[in-house]
Amino acid sequence: MGMLIKNGNVVMVEDGKISKMDVLIDKGIIAEISPEINRNDVEVIDIEEKFLIPGLIDMHVHFRDPGYTHKEDIHSGSKAALAGGFTGVLMMPNTDPPPDNATVVYYWKEKSKNIPLNILFSGCITKGRAGKELSKLHELKEAGVVAITDDGNWVANGAVFRHAMEYAAALDLLVITHAEEPTIANRGVINEGYWSTVLGLRGIPKAAENVAIYRDIEIAKITGAKLHVAHLSTAEGVRLVAAAKKLGLKVTAEVTPYHLVLTDEALAGYDTNLKVNPPLREAEEQKALLKGLLEGVIDVIATDHAPHASYEKNVEFNDAPFGMEGLETAFPVLYTELVLTKKITLEKLLLKMTVNPAKILQLPKQGDIKKGNYANLTIIDPKLTLKVSEELLVGKSKNNPFLGKTLTGWPVMTIYQGIVAYQRLLKGVQ
Amino acid sequence: MKRKHLLGLQELSKEEINTILDIARPMRDIIMRDIKKVPTLRGKTVATLFYEPSTRTRSSFELAAKFLSADTLSINVGSSSVQKGESLIDTIRTLEAMGVEIIAVRHQQSGVPKFISLNTKMSVINAGDGFHEHPTQALLDLFTIKQKLDKIEGLKVAIIGDIYHSRVARSNIWGLIKLGAEVTVCGPPSLIPVEIEKFGVKVEINLQRTLEWADVVNVLRIQRERQDAGYLTTLDEYRDWYGLTQEKLEKLKGKKLLILHPGPMNRGVEIDDYVADGPNAVVNEQVTNGVAVRMAVLYLLAGGNESGNVD
Repeated sequence: MGMLIKNGNVVMVEDGKISKMDVLIDKGIIAEISPEINRNDVEVIDIEEKFLIPGLIDMHVHFRDPGYTHKEDIHSGSKAALAGGFTGVLMMPNTDPPPDNATVVYYWKEKSKNIPLNILFSGCITKGRAGKELSKLHELKEAGVVAITDDGNWVANGAVFRHAMEYAAALDLLVITHAEEPTIANRGVINEGYWSTVLGLRGIPKAAENVAIYRDIEIAKITGAKLHVAHLSTAEGVRLVAAAKKLGLKVTAEVTPYHLVLTDEALAGYDTNLKVNPPLREAEEQKALLKGLLEGVIDVIATDHAPHASYEKNVEFNDAPFGMEGLETAFPVLYTELVLTKKITLEKLLLKMTVNPAKILQLPKQGDIKKGNYANLTIIDPKLTLKVSEELLVGKSKNNPFLGKTLTGWPVMTIYQGIVAYQRLLKGVQ
Repeated sequence: MKRKHLLGLQELSKEEINTILDIARPMRDIIMRDIKKVPTLRGKTVATLFYEPSTRTRSSFELAAKFLSADTLSINVGSSSVQKGESLIDTIRTLEAMGVEIIAVRHQQSGVPKFISLNTKMSVINAGDGFHEHPTQALLDLFTIKQKLDKIEGLKVAIIGDIYHSRVARSNIWGLIKLGAEVTVCGPPSLIPVEIEKFGVKVEINLQRTLEWADVVNVLRIQRERQDAGYLTTLDEYRDWYGLTQEKLEKLKGKKLLILHPGPMNRGVEIDDYVADGPNAVVNEQVTNGVAVRMAVLYLLAGGNESGNVD
């Protein structure tokens, strides 16, 4: 059983090349990439010069399972990921119960074993994500987690964090930090700036993030552990990560699509779908994020897919939970707002969504279109323009900040290890 | 006025603000009559939905509606299904289903009137939301200033106190700037919100200098809880530095100064007894004018014409 994908504009990300190629898949592996392959013993699809890209990898998703399955669960989240062109995701541990020991990880493995998506797991740094006692880190490692993080809770206790980093270094676990010093953030709900003053909402100063990143990098320096800074939102954060990299520390960073394309001005109508943590910042910060992305300071774009039920979001602003769902719109948003506007090339964008996350998460034979790699592939229709609507989204929750927006460049097929795992049902797509 | 809701002064034009102030004048005449009733809003239902305690704003809205012959409904949040955990949106749908046409909302959270306006067919009046806006308070302040000094344009107005937590300050700033006044905010540094200068105001920490500069001062209420939250050093220091005391006024050597306070007053903290009851203070007139301004707002939102022939 194989498959031949003909006439794709194949993006070979690491080589930075886009060329018209045929790609032959055999036993779930990319068997051949050539300008012309002809076979009649396998399924042949002609993708008519659409983009064939490596399956996207998202280092930051919330599948809400167990505990909050009214928002999302492993199955619905996986459907959303595949519809968004993703073939790999890293689940965050803010579930109930949280994975501070192997039990939840076993549940995840069992529930996800037949899903055609590379679902990776993260564990908690501390018990109950409470920041006090370390989780069973050896057990979590043996159960298969690739990273540890207390997710939305920054480990404020420096000694606890230091010891966690010591274990992480020894166990080869990635430490992901949601950098936010809570007493500076001080119950803020949007970025502190002109708009927090106009709207009368409590602001989260950029200092809350910067201070936390600085502390975390200093601990990474002491321990030698791998630190990954989640969802950077400030110019100073970019500068700190750049400085850490210059020192040769194992520090990486990600940014979300919405921090790259939205600013705090969008909150003028108190739309709770735009309430997110870290908050949307000013245009100046956004410019620095894009620059950091282009210059390689920021390694990864991750969605921070954070689904919430509409009855949870459709409430008073302070009462609404933080978070935006975004797996399904991540690629078209970035393609429309950054690639078509020539702020970034498609190859470079994909580097941040395929090759780099695969490297950071140490995923062999993934992340690029190469002979011998897994056939994790996504077909993008660069001409397909769709309006984002609740009906369009297949995930359980609809708290998408781009509802009502028209976007171009949608994934139309997602292939996981040679199997068609998702196909967009639209006219003109084979 | 072609507007369905009154959510804040930020979104109003100078012309719209002036229209409301113009209509408030004949409304005030009605209040001064023996029989304070015109049939303008007969058959309309106006509800007040207050999630925060309030005496004057709520009574003011209710009287304004009654003087215009509307039926009024006052939802006491303490005894409604809100206490049973009903969501705001369900409460709003319930009121709408009962036939309420105009709703005045007071809520401790910024943005709630906007949120309601997006989820209802009723006209929504913001009766104060969090630290965001309190448009009818600012309108009555503007009306009172104009009544006393005949103009707004060119006046120097100081807003004094807890600017950070004040919806009254924000609405006043938008209104005053649009009508051409110069505005200075003066208060403790911890209670000056970031980037307030971008509203077009000056920031001053010294009250005496501010008073020497100003034609009008609007003194904000300081909530005693702000001290526990670390915003204030002590209340007596607050009085000494930011309170409108008799000593500070005496140093002005008879200079004319119009003094407003949105109430309720913390006598002896942000304003001295003497000053509050003195000849420059117009606190009670503000209350009367509040009813007139709210009548004007109700009238205009209900579709009344701008000539103001209300009888």
